[in-house]
Amino acid sequence: MANSDAPLADLAAIIRSKNAGPFRLTLDVIFDDEASFRRVSASGVLARERIAELYAIDVSDVTDHTIYPEGRAIKATIVRATSSGSVEDADVYGCQQHAPLLTIMVPPAV
Amino acid sequence: MSTMTRIYAPLGMLGYGFPEASLEAAVAARPDIFVVDGGSIDPGPYYLGSGASFTNPVMVHRDLSLLLPKALGLGVPLIIGSAGGSGARPHLDRTLEVIRRIAQEQGLRFRMAVIPSDVSPEVVRDAMRRGEVVDFEAGHELTDTDVDSCRHIVAQMGVEPFIAALQAGADVIVAGRAYDAAGPAALPLLNGADPGLAFHMGKIVECGAQVALPRASDGVLADVYTDRFEIEPADPEKRCTVPLVAGHTLYEKSDPYLHSMPSGKLDLHDATYEQLDGRRVAVRGSAFRPATTGSLKLEGAAFVGYRSVCIAGVRDPILIANLDEMLSSVRRKLAVELGGRIPAESYRLQFRIYGHSGVMGALEPELRRPDRRDPYEIGLLIDAVAPTQSEADTIVALARSASLHMGYAGRKATAGNVAFPYSPAEFPAPPAYEFRIYHLLTGIEDPEAMFPITWEDVDGEQ
Repeated sequence: MANSDAPLADLAAIIRSKNAGPFRLTLDVIFDDEASFRRVSASGVLARERIAELYAIDVSDVTDHTIYPEGRAIKATIVRATSSGSVEDADVYGCQQHAPLLTIMVPPAV
Repeated sequence: MSTMTRIYAPLGMLGYGFPEASLEAAVAARPDIFVVDGGSIDPGPYYLGSGASFTNPVMVHRDLSLLLPKALGLGVPLIIGSAGGSGARPHLDRTLEVIRRIAQEQGLRFRMAVIPSDVSPEVVRDAMRRGEVVDFEAGHELTDTDVDSCRHIVAQMGVEPFIAALQAGADVIVAGRAYDAAGPAALPLLNGADPGLAFHMGKIVECGAQVALPRASDGVLADVYTDRFEIEPADPEKRCTVPLVAGHTLYEKSDPYLHSMPSGKLDLHDATYEQLDGRRVAVRGSAFRPATTGSLKLEGAAFVGYRSVCIAGVRDPILIANLDEMLSSVRRKLAVELGGRIPAESYRLQFRIYGHSGVMGALEPELRRPDRRDPYEIGLLIDAVAPTQSEADTIVALARSASLHMGYAGRKATAGNVAFPYSPAEFPAPPAYEFRIYHLLTGIEDPEAMFPITWEDVDGEQ
């Protein structure tokens, strides 16, 4: 664990996307253990700017970003490209948009 | 206040089913009220737009056939919020029909409060002229065209109409679109509970056993005290855990600490979670910040057009390598051959390429891998949305035949490009809708006046 990058998918218990209303997509990364939660929180891999890059949007379209220690979770909410169920939408529930998060590599804990 | 109010939420959505054994266990615990949330905006705009039911009527009948007699037998109220899924008049009416039928089938008698949530276009337009309709997320200011285009407009009611109905002695309350925590919070608030605790509890229980393991569509019991609430699964074999209860506030929300609601904000910055034993969790510290005037969330979905779809498989690797080019040729052919009859601006034609970019489109991270290889099989979904069904059908039929025969560089499989699973290869789909109204109606001084209650004495013995 200590000396190399690890895939976020190996460190997090839950990595998911879901609509928060028809116009927003909310991303949750939830950890089972404090050490992984702190390592990822401190690393900045899920910072607003990184989320904006992964989802090809302006940082201003990351409308909410929260570190939630009570739930050992990091949450980011972004503006949906199209509203849920609109003609061009490909994911009515927004629950299969998390793949970019699975590509994230997390540096070793400091 | 009475020292404790016990809420039973049998499941997260009426019609999803739940184990009868859990109901028996919950009944043995003698809850003070049964509360079910019927609704969600998750399944997309079609249900609110068209008035169609999201949940299966046979399963709604099954769930209510079990719940209604148990609640009445215990002498406790049953609340159904956001009836029929979307909570507009047709959805509400369909739920009322099921309830009346169950009353007949089982010889039940009860006093029923019906609380519609429909808002007339005139009320919305008046509020727009007063500058009281606010865009908070939809990304556009509400226009008269938006209002005219939605057959059903609903406002999410808060807790006040539920409290009024309970105070007036309702046995069964069937409400249209409601804020999800409103139904569960009503009785605790009537009993003097702290609003922060009542609403936080309501938000958790309306999802049913989502905070319990092992995962299943099932219920929870919540006990609301003066300084805390405790939550446990209805099924004695299941358990609620702190991570699940604390994590619930993340689900489908933008901010885990602050939730906007009709009469203010639920503030969870100081909420604490304690695992009481193997299966019960206590929550303290949830707070409610009242607003000076209320706001109601308005929802409406507009008809966009008629749709037709065609599903086909591609297995030829040379075609898969040249698919974009082949589909561009199909588009060009359609533009030329339909040009006079069906102008390109009047319809939208999409080719969704599953196995490639069907789910994430241009954001698909796999597309950017340097070592990317084409899949050996592609699922091609062709769909068109047009002003008439006939036009949508025509466009997709032409796209289908063109896709089947269109040439491309290096083609060897000259007998047909795509594998249709069905004959007919294309078929009409339900019409397309989109959310057009998702705005706040502000300046609400009298939250009960927006949601008048009608009363019905249901007598199944007649």
